[in-house]
Order: sequence, then structure tokens, then C-alpha cells
Amino acid sequence: MDNNTLVGLAGILASAAPVVFAAIGETITERAGITNLSINGLILLTAMAGFATSVTTGSLLLGFLVGALIGAFVSLIVAFSSIALKQSQVAVGFVLALMCRDLSYFLGNPYMGLSGPRVPSLPIPVLADIPVVGVLFFRQDILVYSSYILIAVAYIFVFKTRPGLMLQGIGEQPATAYVRGANVNRLRYIYTIIGGALVGMAGPMYSLSVKVGWKGTITGLDGIGWIALAITIFGGWNPLRAAFGAYLFVLLQWLGLVLQPSLPNIPSQVLQVAPFPLMILTLLLVNIGNSEWVDRTLAGLPEEVRRFIAKVLRAMRTTPPAALGIPFENE
Amino acid sequence: MLNKSSAGFKFGFQILAIVAALIFTTVVMLLAKAPPLEAYKLIFTGSVGSIGKISDVIVAWIPLLLATSGLLLTFAAGLWNIGIEGQITLGAIFTTWALRLLQDTSMSPTLIILIGFLAGILGGMIWASLTGLLKIYGGVNEIFGGLGLNFVATALTIWLIFGPWKRPGVGSMSGTVPFDNLLWLPQVEGLRMSWWSLGIGLIGIAIVYLILQGTYFGLRLKAVGKNGRAAFVIGIPTGKYMMSAFFICGAFAGLAGATQVLAVYHRLIPAISSGYGFLGLMVAMLINYQALWAAPVALFFAALNIGSIQLPIVLKLDSTLSGVLQGALVLFVLMMDGVRRRLTAKKVK
Amino acid sequence: MNVELVHIHKSFGAVHANNDISISIKSGVIQGILGENGAGKSTLMKVLSGFIQADSGDILLDGKAVHIGTPSDAIKHGIGMLHQDPLDFPPMKIVDNMLIGHDGGLFPNRREVSKSLKELQAQFGFNLDPEAYVDGLTVGERQQLEILRLLWLGAQILILDEPTTGISASQKAKLFETLKKLAEQGMVIIFVSHKLEDVEGLCHKIAVFRQGSLVGEAAPPYNTDNLVEMMFGKVISLDEKTRLENCEPAVEVTNLSIEDNRIQIRNANLTVNCGEVIGLAGMEGSGQRQFLRTLAGLMRPVGGDLRLGGKRLTGKPYHSFQDAGISYVPASRMEEGLIPGLSITEHFILSEGQSGFFIDREKAVTISRERINTFNIKGEPVTRVEALSGGNQQRALLAMLRTPLRLLLLEHPTRGLDIESSIWIWSQLKDRCRQKTCIVFISADLEEVLHYSDRILVFYNGKVSQPLDAAATTVDQLGQLIGGKGF
Repeated sequence: MDNNTLVGLAGILASAAPVVFAAIGETITERAGITNLSINGLILLTAMAGFATSVTTGSLLLGFLVGALIGAFVSLIVAFSSIALKQSQVAVGFVLALMCRDLSYFLGNPYMGLSGPRVPSLPIPVLADIPVVGVLFFRQDILVYSSYILIAVAYIFVFKTRPGLMLQGIGEQPATAYVRGANVNRLRYIYTIIGGALVGMAGPMYSLSVKVGWKGTITGLDGIGWIALAITIFGGWNPLRAAFGAYLFVLLQWLGLVLQPSLPNIPSQVLQVAPFPLMILTLLLVNIGNSEWVDRTLAGLPEEVRRFIAKVLRAMRTTPPAALGIPFENE
Repeated sequence: MLNKSSAGFKFGFQILAIVAALIFTTVVMLLAKAPPLEAYKLIFTGSVGSIGKISDVIVAWIPLLLATSGLLLTFAAGLWNIGIEGQITLGAIFTTWALRLLQDTSMSPTLIILIGFLAGILGGMIWASLTGLLKIYGGVNEIFGGLGLNFVATALTIWLIFGPWKRPGVGSMSGTVPFDNLLWLPQVEGLRMSWWSLGIGLIGIAIVYLILQGTYFGLRLKAVGKNGRAAFVIGIPTGKYMMSAFFICGAFAGLAGATQVLAVYHRLIPAISSGYGFLGLMVAMLINYQALWAAPVALFFAALNIGSIQLPIVLKLDSTLSGVLQGALVLFVLMMDGVRRRLTAKKVK
Repeated sequence: MNVELVHIHKSFGAVHANNDISISIKSGVIQGILGENGAGKSTLMKVLSGFIQADSGDILLDGKAVHIGTPSDAIKHGIGMLHQDPLDFPPMKIVDNMLIGHDGGLFPNRREVSKSLKELQAQFGFNLDPEAYVDGLTVGERQQLEILRLLWLGAQILILDEPTTGISASQKAKLFETLKKLAEQGMVIIFVSHKLEDVEGLCHKIAVFRQGSLVGEAAPPYNTDNLVEMMFGKVISLDEKTRLENCEPAVEVTNLSIEDNRIQIRNANLTVNCGEVIGLAGMEGSGQRQFLRTLAGLMRPVGGDLRLGGKRLTGKPYHSFQDAGISYVPASRMEEGLIPGLSITEHFILSEGQSGFFIDREKAVTISRERINTFNIKGEPVTRVEALSGGNQQRALLAMLRTPLRLLLLEHPTRGLDIESSIWIWSQLKDRCRQKTCIVFISADLEEVLHYSDRILVFYNGKVSQPLDAAATTVDQLGQLIGGKGF
């Protein structure tokens, strides 16, 4: 493998870090039973706010802190409107997605095009010198290392720890979880806030590392949040699979860029949207096994074909937490 | 003593929500070190300060009203047609296409305009049907299918403007070559508004109101939206009804797109939908999906949009302020509604 | 541990669900709580298990007053409740199900849990694989899992709410054996049921509830007539069993094979004569539901043939089945039957089919009023269906059926209804039979199946029995078949 490809692939790991944060943040929130649809606007708002904070104060850390706080706060609104005020999560999330986007453009106006600090690269001694692997994984900045850790921690938390099992429980059968001693709604608040804070980190990761700066509507971040939501579904609410989805998405984006010179007739804007039809396609693949007409059609096929197709569909299919989007009230 | 379940009580909370939204927006402006009073004044005079401005508001009102009308049907069927932005865009593209094909023929301009409208409707319907098929036969949530198709529609517009339909020489963000005046929807003397499009918009919302209030189709649509499984068991072909909702909403969206080309921009521009699709979603949420309120609230939102155009020029503020105010209004109305319900529920206990 | 409930009162709005209930249960006793639906049994159990709080009254454990604020408080006091629909996490493993809600460190030791589960199982002869997923278990096995879990958490008082619904005869025998063993070890068992024979066969003591009050207690030997009178206030007997003259075959099912991701049915055969009633029995999840939904056209069979009046319907869409005169009344009324948010009148309009483009509201209201009277629905034409009681919802569903019908399919037509409503519903259904409609219905209530069916099909794990003549079948025979014996 030549060095350029290696650097390119290392770049994918770096550019995927914010997507990993956003997708895992949303995965945790949805595991608890809440859909936070606001994250597209949230990423924009926190990218702007994180950048503005760091430019003003000179502190990168403060930028990320502000991002996480805003993420937590906006997500709290979603949780509060849903749990305490019984409003539709989709409606509130969607309004917030639009409003946060407009807020970021309005408040970010003075910071347009300013040059700001960048998170420095931090090669890990010894490990960075390993051939191939070193270039790929260990000559990154601290954010990328955090994304590796986040994947591992989120996976272990959800599937291997006691509170993680309860997290699965409140998203699947909140009534049972309540009988087992969980304060379902309080946990839903907590996980929505944690998930939101993780999403809120994704914004500054862009504006302080991956795509440094704030350029308003042409920053090119509009849409990432929606992709992250789709990755959450594609990932079957499993942090590991979600991370895989994030890397796949960034890889495809990168391929688009690499291929562009050989396709001069296609404007760059067109290649930039290539992930979206792909997103639809992947959602189609993971969902089509749930369709009634598929069952019907299959029933008319000979046994072996039927078994085979059913098996393939089942392997691809993902099922959401049973209580996703459904409010819980103990009697 | 105020009765907690009374209409007055409900109205009071809505006023409270509006006040809260204004306070929120004011705080946002203070954060941006902008003068709130001047900004509000500017929005006010910028929208109703003169006959010209009022006419501009009406120009913005029509596509917004059309989008809202279509969305009321998809909402009735329980669908979040976020893909409406793309449907408006495709309507505009199809209208432009029809006009480009026919403008150099000997066909009468009236007929070309009519064909332009029909093409727009068709474009919107085709795009909406994609979301519908993905949802009904592929299990892809209409929010994601629609969003993806929105991005594709935008890319398609840009490709057309910089590619096959580019202006002589080099393509630019200002769009395709404007059409001849003859292919404009007739306007009121000296103003940008057109009685024709105003008529289309008002007839559109009236039709939707009638469908939802008094027809079998409307009732079945609601049944599908409120409980699809039961509706199917009762004997309503739910897939067909959801598809119909998408088709009709797509037709309305396409009509809005056609209006943008025929009555507003007279060419295809990159952001041809002007965000009226998403704004229509906000209007629908704000009026709690009641068709009766669509026209006045859409008019108000249109006024905010037009009024804020002056902000960047006069106060060096971004015009997305109107979006912040609109978003805050919807958010606070939803939240206040929740607060009111909580209080009423407690009283019953 | 001894339990005492003293002067418990609980009201929901105008309904006095528990009116001054006092009851005392000694350690080692199996206490039966008998009463029909809505008598207040469940309310009292919810008070004891921390689901709801009594308006007034005390709970004493070993003579000490305790406050039980939540279900998890209850288990800390040693009170465990087994709910009618098992409260567990179907998509998760058994061992994870045990762990959720169990206190301990961050990282649970799954191996240890599996070990203690196996040890506990050995005592009672249960056989659950800790690594298996709960959604692959039968209702009976899920009950066993829940009992084991509660014992593992140290329950001293075990409340069981209608535990014999939906489990097989052999599982029931095993359950009773287990409960007796637990009582011998000094536990308190509270057994809530409306089934006389279960309560009589198991309990050391019976408390009878009616309309929110404790109307009496009984000790063995039990006098059944006496208990029935206490339960209902008067002696109600089911209506006379009527047998209609059957006529020509209307529904023909030949070699029908059905398959979904849960169950496979191979080569089922059945001929239904018009006016005949066929009962489908079996424990939940044995295939009867898939069979019924296939007859309705909601599922497509993978093989075989389905004819109605000689016309082949196999593979046709659901709406062709409806047009052919088939109607399906689902068990989950609010999920599959009715549309919350719409009024009774709007439901009638929807079920009528179209006549023109605009709705004639006035006419619709008139028709609606007539039907509300005929079907004795307690509601107005504008009443939304979610505001109706369960019995009235079921009446509304029946009022929505078209006339004439050739085949009427019902899932649990009287589940959750009081006995008078049930009798009324069946009188309506029998009227349909007189108009030559065939009825095929599912019920978990063996009495209902035996009493109202002409013939019965028993389902066991996807296998279908030969049609049995209901008049020549006893509850015991039926129970054996349901448990899988005799296939």
C-alpha cells in the first residue's frame, strides 16, 4: 500500500471521528427510548459555538465544553417536551433541528471566515512508528483517539454492564424495567443528555479539527446529522455496528473525492450528495425484511428459495428498541 | 375565576407562548449584540410598510400556503413528508423543463404556462411517489427517504444550472437564463404579485379543507393516520391511501415549485424552493394540523420571511433571524400546549 | 412471613375499586383470591406489590406496618408479583433478564448467575437454558423464569395474577406442584384467579371479591355453588346450549400449510358448514392465530387451498376476502380493531364502504343512533372509541360487521368482559349463525370453547388435531390435547 493511500485512509479515521460521536450519542439516546431528531441542527450549532468560543478565549477545551453543554441542553428540551409535556418527539426534534441551524447561521455571522485554533496532532510514541498501523491509527489527534475509546466504552457499557442492561431494558420494555426498580423517565433524561452531549462534541470536532473554521451556509456540515441518524438505524442500535457505518460513510465520501478528477463532467455538488442515495439504499436493505408484501411474495415461492431469501433478509434486518418513541407513564 | 378547560385558558397559553418566543428571540439578538427593537421594527416595516412590500409578502405566501395545504393531507395520513422540499424543487425543474422545450415553438404563451403548471405538478408527484414507495414497500421511514431525496433534488438543480441548462458561457449561481416576459404569470400592474397565483393558493387550501372535513377520502386518510393496522383490518387499503396522500401532497408541492418559476423567479435558481417546504411543516405543526388556520398563519410566516430580508443590509444581521423566531414560535407553542394539558389533567384528578 | 392488609380503600374517580378490605394471611398458606373481572382483586394486589398506593389503610408484614412505594420496594420487602402477561424483556437472554434490576457491581458475573439459576431450577424440575432468548419461550416457561427470578431475589410472598391463562395442562400441574412446595417452605402464596376449579384445587383458603368488596371467605371443603353465588351475587347459568341445523359446506380448507418466523403448520384440513361454530383451542402461540389470520386473508399460506362457497381465495389479497363475505375481529381491540381519535359514528361510516364522495353526516348520525340502541352501547354517536369501556368497544366492533357475512373470524371474543356481556355477545353471534354465517373463533377459555362450538380444532406447536365434536368432548380431554398429548 503506498503512502498516499495510507494517509488518505488515516484521514478517513480522522474525518469519521465526529460522525462516530454523533452516531453513538444518538444510539445511546435511542436505546433509552427517545428519538432525538434535532442532531443535524445541533451539530451545526455546536460547530459554530465551539469555534466561536475557542476563537474568543483561545481555549480549545472550552470550545468542546461549550459544544457538549449545548448538546446536552438542546437534548434536554427534547426529553422534557416528550416526557413531561407529552409532545411528539419527532415534532419537537424537527423544529429544533431547523431552529438550531438558523441560530448557528445567525449567531455565527460575525465569526464567518475567521481563522481559529486547531487541535494539534499527537502521535503516540512507539506505537506511531509501527509500519502501516502506526500511520493509520496512531498519528492522529486526541479526538480520534477519543473516538476509538468511545466505541469500546459504549459497546462494553451497553452490553456488558449492569446499568447498560437496564438501559436496554428501558428502551425495550419500560414497564418491566420500572418493576425492576428503574426510574424510567429519570434514566431517559440522563441518557438523552449524555447522548446529546456526545453529539454536541461532534460539532467542535468539525470546526476545530476536521474542517477548521466557520463558513456559515457553505461550511458543508448541513446533512451530517441526518446521516448520523440513518447510521444509527443501519447500526441496529449497536455502538460497534454504528461506528462501522460511520467509517463506511466517510470512506464513500472519500472515494467520491478521489474519483472526481476522473469524472470531470460531474460537478462536485453531485458527488457530494452521493452518500444520501446510498443512505436510502442501506435503509432499504435493513428494513425491507419487515415489509408485509415481502412475506406475501415469499409465501408463493418454492421452499428452498423462500428459506434462503428469508435468511438473507433476516441477517440484514435491524429492529429498533420496542419502546422507541413511546412515552412511559407508571400507573 | 378562569375555567381551566375553557377556550380562553387555551388562548392565554398561546399568547404566553408567543411572548416567550419573542423574549427568546430578543435574547438571541442581545447575544449577537444586535438592537432588538430596531430589528423588529425593520421586520414590520419590511413586510407591511408599503403596498409593494405587502405584495411581496403575498408572493411568498402562495407557495408556502400550497406546501402547507399538501402537508395537511400527509399529516392526516400520519406521514412526515419532510421530502416536500425536494418535491417543490422537482416541480420547479419540470416547469422549467417544459418552458424551455416550448418557449421557441409557436404555441400560445397561455398554453405554455398552463403546461408549465401541469409539468410542475407531475414533477412534484413523481418525487413524492419515490418517498411513498420507499416507505410503503421498502419500510424506509419517510423522514429519511424524503431527506435523502431532498439532497438529491438540490444536486440535480445545481447540475442542471451548471451543466445542460447553463447560461451561455459559464454557469453561475444566479440560475438559468430568465424566460421571456410573455411566459410570466400575469402580474398586478407595478407589483410582483399575481391574482392568478393568489387564486390558486386560496382554492388549494379550500379543497384540502373540504377533503378533510367532509369526504370519505378524508375520513379514511385520518383513519390510516391514527391507526393504520385497524384501518387495514376494517377494509381500507392503507398502502393506497398513503400513496394517495403522497401523490396529492406532491402535486401541491409541485404546484408551489411551478409558481416559484412562473410567478416569482422566472428561471431555475439553486435554492428554488426557498425553504417553503420545511416552513410549511412548521406552519402545519403550529396550527396543530387544522386546515382552517393554515392561511393566516402561513401569511404571518411569509411576512416574517419578507420582513427579514432587509436585516443584512441595514443592520448587518443574518436574515435567518426570521427562522429563529419561527422556530421559537413553534417550539414554545408545542411546549405551552404540553404545560396546559398537564395543568388541565391535574385538575381532573 | 405473615401478611396483613388492614382497611384498604382505593378509588379511581367514581369507582370504589377497593372498599375497606381487610385480610390476613399466615406464612405457609396458599391464599386464593376469587372474583370476576373488575371485582377489585387486581387493585388490591397492585397495592400490595407497590404498583399503586392505597387511599387509606395499612400493610403489615409480620405485624409491622410498611410503606411500599414502588414495585422494587415490594421486592425489597420480599413481595414478588407474577403478572398475567409476563413482565420480562423478550429480545434478551434469560441470564440478562435475571440481571436487570439485580443490585451489584458494574460488571455482573453472568457465570455465577447461570449457576444459581441452574441450582434453583433443579429444586423444581424446571429446565431453562440461561443462554436462550426469552422470545423463544412459551408463556409457561416465561412464568417459570419469573418465579425463579423472584425466588432468587429473596421473595417470601409470591403473588400470581391469573397464572393459568395461556399455559398448558402439564405446565399448570407443574406450577401447582411448585407452589405447594414453596408454601411448605413457609412462603405465602397469593393466587388470584376467576377460575373456580383452579382456586378450589390449590388453595388453603379462598377470599371472594365482588364489586370492590371482600364478600366472604371460605375454607375447604369448598361448596362450589356457594362460591359462585358469592362471586356473582346471584346464580348465573350460561344460556341453553343451542345446536343449529347445519347446511351445505361453506368453507373448505385443504392441505393448508402456513409458515412464519415462529411456527409452521402443515396440511391442515377443515370443512365448515354454514351456520356452524368452530372453536380453536390451544395454548397461546400454538398456531391457531396464524390459522385464523390465514382464513381472514391477512397471511398468505405457503401451500394448500382455501375455498369459500366453492370459490378459490388462496393467494388473493385481504380485500378480496372481505368482498367475499369474510370478516375478522381481532383480539387487540384498540390496536387492530378500532381507531382512537375517531367517533363511534365515524367507525360506522368507515365500515360501511363508500357511497358517493361527500359524507352525509346527518344520515350517518341517524344510523349510528340506531345501532347504538340495537347493540346496547353505552355511548353517544360523537363519543370517541377510546372513551368506551372494553365491553362497549367489543359491542361497537360487532356493530361494525357487515350483513350478510359468510364467515366470521373472532379472536378471544369475550376476553376481559364480564359474564353478562359475554353472554350477550354470544347471543348476537348465534343470531349470525341463524343467518347461515360460519364462525371460527379462538379462545383461551376452555369452557367457552366447549359451550359455544359445534366442533373444535386443537393446536399444539403447529400441529392441528382432527375436528372434535364439542358435545362429546370433556374439559379434561381438551386439556390433554392442548398439552400435546394424543397427537
